[in-house]
Amino acid sequence: MSAALTRLEPVLPKRGWAAFGAVALLSILLVPALNSLSPSSALHLPDYLVTLFGKFLCYATVAIAMDLLWGYAGILSLGHGVFFAIGGYAMGMCLMRAIGEAGVYRSKLPDFMVFLDWKELPWFWRPMDNFAFALVAALAVPGLLAYGFGFLAFRSRIRGVYFSIITQALTFAMMLLFFRNETGLGGNNGLTDFKQIYGYPLHAAGTKHALYMLSAAGLCAAFLICRFVTTSKAGRVLRSIRDQESRVMFLGYDPTRFKLFVYTLSAVICGFAGALYVPQVGIINPSELQPSNSIEMAIWVAVGGRGSLIGAPLGAFVVNGAKSWFTVALPNAWLYILGLLFVAVTLFFPRGLVGALSRIRK
Amino acid sequence: MMQLFRALLVALVAVTLAFVREARADSTVLDASGLCATEGTDVARAVEQIAARRDALAARVLSAMLDGDLRVDASGAPFLAQRGDTYQALLAGSGAAKPPLRTPVVDNQLRRQLEPAIAGLRLSVADDDIRLSAAEDLAKHRNDELAPLVRKALQSEKNAKIREKLSLALAQVDLSSDDKQKRLGALAAIKSAADATFKPDLERLLLKDEHGVFREADADVRRAAASALGSIDSRVMLYSMVGNLFYGLSLGSVLLLAALGLAITFGLMRVINMAHGELLMIGAYATYAVEKFFQAHFPAHEDLYLIFAVPAAFCAAGAVGLLIERTVLRFLYGRPLETLLATWGISLMLIQTVRLIFGAQNVTVANPQWLAGGVEVLPGFVLTYSRVAVILFSGVVVAFVWFMLQRTPLGLHVRAVTQNRDMAAGMGISTRRVDSWTFAIGSGVAGLGGVALSQLGNVGPELGQGYIVDSFMVVVLGGVGKLSGTLAGAFGLGIANKLLEPAAGAVLGKIAILGFIILFIQRRPQGIFALKGRAAEVT
Repeated sequence: MSAALTRLEPVLPKRGWAAFGAVALLSILLVPALNSLSPSSALHLPDYLVTLFGKFLCYATVAIAMDLLWGYAGILSLGHGVFFAIGGYAMGMCLMRAIGEAGVYRSKLPDFMVFLDWKELPWFWRPMDNFAFALVAALAVPGLLAYGFGFLAFRSRIRGVYFSIITQALTFAMMLLFFRNETGLGGNNGLTDFKQIYGYPLHAAGTKHALYMLSAAGLCAAFLICRFVTTSKAGRVLRSIRDQESRVMFLGYDPTRFKLFVYTLSAVICGFAGALYVPQVGIINPSELQPSNSIEMAIWVAVGGRGSLIGAPLGAFVVNGAKSWFTVALPNAWLYILGLLFVAVTLFFPRGLVGALSRIRK
Repeated sequence: MMQLFRALLVALVAVTLAFVREARADSTVLDASGLCATEGTDVARAVEQIAARRDALAARVLSAMLDGDLRVDASGAPFLAQRGDTYQALLAGSGAAKPPLRTPVVDNQLRRQLEPAIAGLRLSVADDDIRLSAAEDLAKHRNDELAPLVRKALQSEKNAKIREKLSLALAQVDLSSDDKQKRLGALAAIKSAADATFKPDLERLLLKDEHGVFREADADVRRAAASALGSIDSRVMLYSMVGNLFYGLSLGSVLLLAALGLAITFGLMRVINMAHGELLMIGAYATYAVEKFFQAHFPAHEDLYLIFAVPAAFCAAGAVGLLIERTVLRFLYGRPLETLLATWGISLMLIQTVRLIFGAQNVTVANPQWLAGGVEVLPGFVLTYSRVAVILFSGVVVAFVWFMLQRTPLGLHVRAVTQNRDMAAGMGISTRRVDSWTFAIGSGVAGLGGVALSQLGNVGPELGQGYIVDSFMVVVLGGVGKLSGTLAGAFGLGIANKLLEPAAGAVLGKIAILGFIILFIQRRPQGIFALKGRAAEVT
């Protein structure tokens, strides 16, 4: 694989690095700075918006991971919600343990276990006390699941819509699994009521700012990682697989290995985004695993424009911004708007916002 | 002359014999006035007299008396009180009741006399059905006083079914008898009947008391009890297997109806229609609308609504499907992943539209009278008519689709385009028209699935979402382009689902099946019945 990662072009052109640095700094610093202004100031950003933007940044990271997979390798996964949720659950378990005995029942066990009358911690909960272990799990478990599932799927040459609907079935099965109380992850209610992360109280402004800045930095890092892959030789092979898989195979490449690599990487990035998402929204439950959530992730990428790595996060911001606004202002119209978005983007803007912008510039 | 005389003689004998039999149990003569006597002993004697007739009429009169429904009119004729103050004559040809009507009083002492008398009467009549129902009644509860009577009836009984019920009735008494042989006999009867109601009794026999001593001292009896328990358990298991098989079959036919249209359109156009589940939902709501229309305009013929709902649902879902194909899908040809997203968007809009028209709450579509209820074929297992109807209905739909595909010009074109689109176009087939019509028909079939779903459960805007994943799995499992593949996929999934459910729980069963599908497509990526040769190359 190392040979496959040989550079064919720089990760970013010189001017690109400058622009990237500026955008990265701005996105990391601007929101916390505006939030820190005195509430009377006209530019003051309310607290809830910090959390909301932090959430969007996590979604944008997922969108980049989706774009790497869909835009470059032509694999439309309708199961990325699974990896996102698993990352979130790993972090949630750690936060759950960090509550200690401050829960409703004043027990050493998480509240839902007391409620279910469990006497001791299940084995997979035990190492979650350790913050570092939880972080590794948030990345490794989605990665391993993607590797195993992808291995089986790609090896038998499941492609195109077949792969999409198989991943959707995976999502559905996972949702059912996480809804069960016996699974040991809080069942229906999921994990919530978190108090602190790594010793810092979650409701404090400083913690919120730090989490936000981490999310922004994570998004930038995800962008660079994906960019690193797509500008390498492997990236070129991936694009060839997208356009003409059989031919790539006949040229002596093994598409399975490349697809498996990019699918696993994409899942790890999603797990990372999920782990940052949970402490900011304060809850993780099986509704994150609904198949519709995973399909919505695809529409972020489609709206922004595939195969650019810039369009995807843009799409995530636009769609989620619209969702936040419309579900409050016009709740009955939101499903129509979302539905129309799906239809209109595929029919009229196959290259999304980025494609439309570049056409205007020309 | 001699012959005529002989014939006359035979006729005379026959008439006389008939008359004699009539006289022995005359169904037009029965004086029930004694039952209303004021002295308890007189009433008891009257009961004895009536019971001595040993016929079905006596049984009816006495059981009506026991239930408090017996009325006796001025002439002593018995009547049965029915709802709404009407009276049914128990004597043939006794005409209307002559007032005043009297009601015989039944006290506890009389009740103790009546119960065995009625049971004895019903057990001694010639009619097999009456004896069977009497034996079934007796087998329901333990009744020590009737035991001698049952034992006597058992000796003269020839019918095997009635014998079984009677020995079960007796077994309840004999199980606690002091006689070891009687207990063993009771256990043998229970074992051969394998009646699950005895399970607690048998388990009690095998228990130990607080000193660790078996409640049942005799080892032979304990062994017999354990073996009877085993045969009950295996019978219960068999019944639940049969039941699960039936539910699997009915789930399979629903999946079949849901997946049939999907498999056709997927095979033809290589696009996944994510709004397919919503077409089911539209079919179900069309059924609901037709039902409401009949309720409002033809309340007398309400039960017929279902017959009209079938074409209505087909047309409604077909029209929506045609609209989707004409306005969206046709512009996305060759871009299957985008089609998937666009149809998902359409499904969201359809759900919201239905929500705005019919409300977000679930609605109930009532089964017509002729589909309500069911028949209990095995103890504890009811074959509901609606489920049977759904299985039959899916058979009819499959026949319809098969006919459409194999015997019509459109079907020929569909098969040609499915196998090789470019070649078919080259031969002068208008592939676009084929696409439109096939999509409309496939959607209409989904609408028919909606009719079936409306008969099995509630109808809500999100009805289709629950079936979409499963029907995709049917298509993945069954492959495309072959009806037999979809059939095998649907019933395989449906039955496997229901058989796994009791063992692993609904959720783990579903996950196991998904795992199985993923492993299955390792070996056969094209489905169970893959098209062979060049047709298999298109993906």
